[in-house]
Amino acid sequence: METNLFWEQLTRSLAIVKKNIRIYYSKGPVIIFGLLVPLFLFLSFYIGRNMPVEALIPGLLGMTAFFTATSVGPAIVPWEARAKTLERLISSPVSIWTIFLGDVLSSFLFGALVSVFPVIVGLSMGLRIANPSILGFGVVLATFCFASFSILLSAYPPTDTPASVMMLSSMVKFPLVFISGIFIPIEELPAWGKTISSISPLTYFTDLARHSISGKGYYPIELDLIALAAFTIAFLVSAIKIHERTMQKRL
Amino acid sequence: MEVTNLTKHYGELVAVDHISFQVKKGELFGFLGPNAAGKTTTIRMLTGVIKPDDGAASVFGYSILREGLKTRQLMGIVPEMANAYVDLSAWNNLMLVGELYGVSKGLRHERATRLLKEFGLYERRNHLVKGYSRGMKQKLLLCMALINDPQILFLDEPTSGLDVESQRLIKDMIRDFNKNGVTIFLTTHNMDEANQLCDKIAIINHGKIAATDSPEKLRLRSTGLQSIEVSFDKGVDTEELSKFHGVNQAKKMGDKIRLYVDEPSPVIDKLLDFARSKNLKIITLNTLAPTLEDVFLRLVKEG
Repeated sequence: METNLFWEQLTRSLAIVKKNIRIYYSKGPVIIFGLLVPLFLFLSFYIGRNMPVEALIPGLLGMTAFFTATSVGPAIVPWEARAKTLERLISSPVSIWTIFLGDVLSSFLFGALVSVFPVIVGLSMGLRIANPSILGFGVVLATFCFASFSILLSAYPPTDTPASVMMLSSMVKFPLVFISGIFIPIEELPAWGKTISSISPLTYFTDLARHSISGKGYYPIELDLIALAAFTIAFLVSAIKIHERTMQKRL
Repeated sequence: MEVTNLTKHYGELVAVDHISFQVKKGELFGFLGPNAAGKTTTIRMLTGVIKPDDGAASVFGYSILREGLKTRQLMGIVPEMANAYVDLSAWNNLMLVGELYGVSKGLRHERATRLLKEFGLYERRNHLVKGYSRGMKQKLLLCMALINDPQILFLDEPTSGLDVESQRLIKDMIRDFNKNGVTIFLTTHNMDEANQLCDKIAIINHGKIAATDSPEKLRLRSTGLQSIEVSFDKGVDTEELSKFHGVNQAKKMGDKIRLYVDEPSPVIDKLLDFARSKNLKIITLNTLAPTLEDVFLRLVKEG
């Protein structure tokens, strides 16, 4: 019975995914923060520097996966709280975790799909991927991790103003990009930089991408995978718990 | 549905104050009250949107607090604020709600088609809801509430702000659903609507239930609100009639005088004696039961 209930709720979260794709993928803030910002950040990083493609693509991939997978999630809850559609979801026979799993999955799909493009760009520039299966698995795990992080970003404060959440999430996301080994490889960072970068999930994905593309990384692959999985669980559980606590303040 | 001591505070304000009532299966139950009386807060607690601070409620035997998923599965809800997804079409809104309630694809399509046709929205089913008029949005909300074939329907001011034609269509639909066995919990501040539709009414004011009964019984048990309307062939001093034993108030209304009484018959006898003694001819003499509005206003005033 419990298993049936779980699958039933899981199926219903897919309905939320479909709804999110139809509504939020084309919203202005999602396009700006999910596509345009990483593109311009990358161009400012790439233009005028003579970098080998093996060094370029892991950073581009990390930035793309991170920005795209975290662009949909923060917008959904405040948007729906304002439109009173969150009330509709809450009064439906779905659990809070069903709603947020749906939001995480829609953010994840956006991140995973858009992350294919840097790989295609790399391949067209002659990139050879040493370990494609690890790269593929890493993209899936990392975008799921970042999508969970994006739901956490919208958990507090319980506002119904999407712009406020997008601004607050940008304040968290941008510093993370700069400390995660995207622009400067981890091994070139000073000791304090390495310590700070170890608290960012993006560090482990960028490192994993370097491993799977060029065969060289700073951390062991196993550690990158375990760290990403641990961050995912921590983000997902804490996001759902905080949303459960703050939900009444939004309604 | 059984509601016991349901309570909700917002800071210092007691929005709903230990209310208790029952709604029988198949009943059309009206929940009346002035603005900010606690109607919407009650409906939001019963439908699982907000948690009560105290008390309990069960729907078809399932607790709204402990078995929220089961109770919500049986409900259809039309909230006070239109909350369809305006960036989706009517069809996609219906498909989404159907999926959230676990309605199979075939049934979803069949019911959505039937409901959209019944409510006159089928031709515009693929248009985004943001382009719909208020009446169309309200009809869509009803379609969304019905896609899961609910056993109990919560309607929060369903005809508020609609034109007469849309109001009539929605009221007819409400009667039809109820005839087909759907229990209906209707909040409204429209007395006529409650009088026309409801089997039973609860009046809430300042978060407390002021009265619960059928519309007719509520009217009849309201002593002092029954009235006699009388007119004579010559002018009569209203003040003189107001002094009759059993008359609470006398009002001149055009060429008639209305006397508010506890019991009409002894006062009618007195009026006949009065007319004979003054050599007056009674032109009209009518007894009037109080309207539901009279009852409502009195209860609200007392509250």
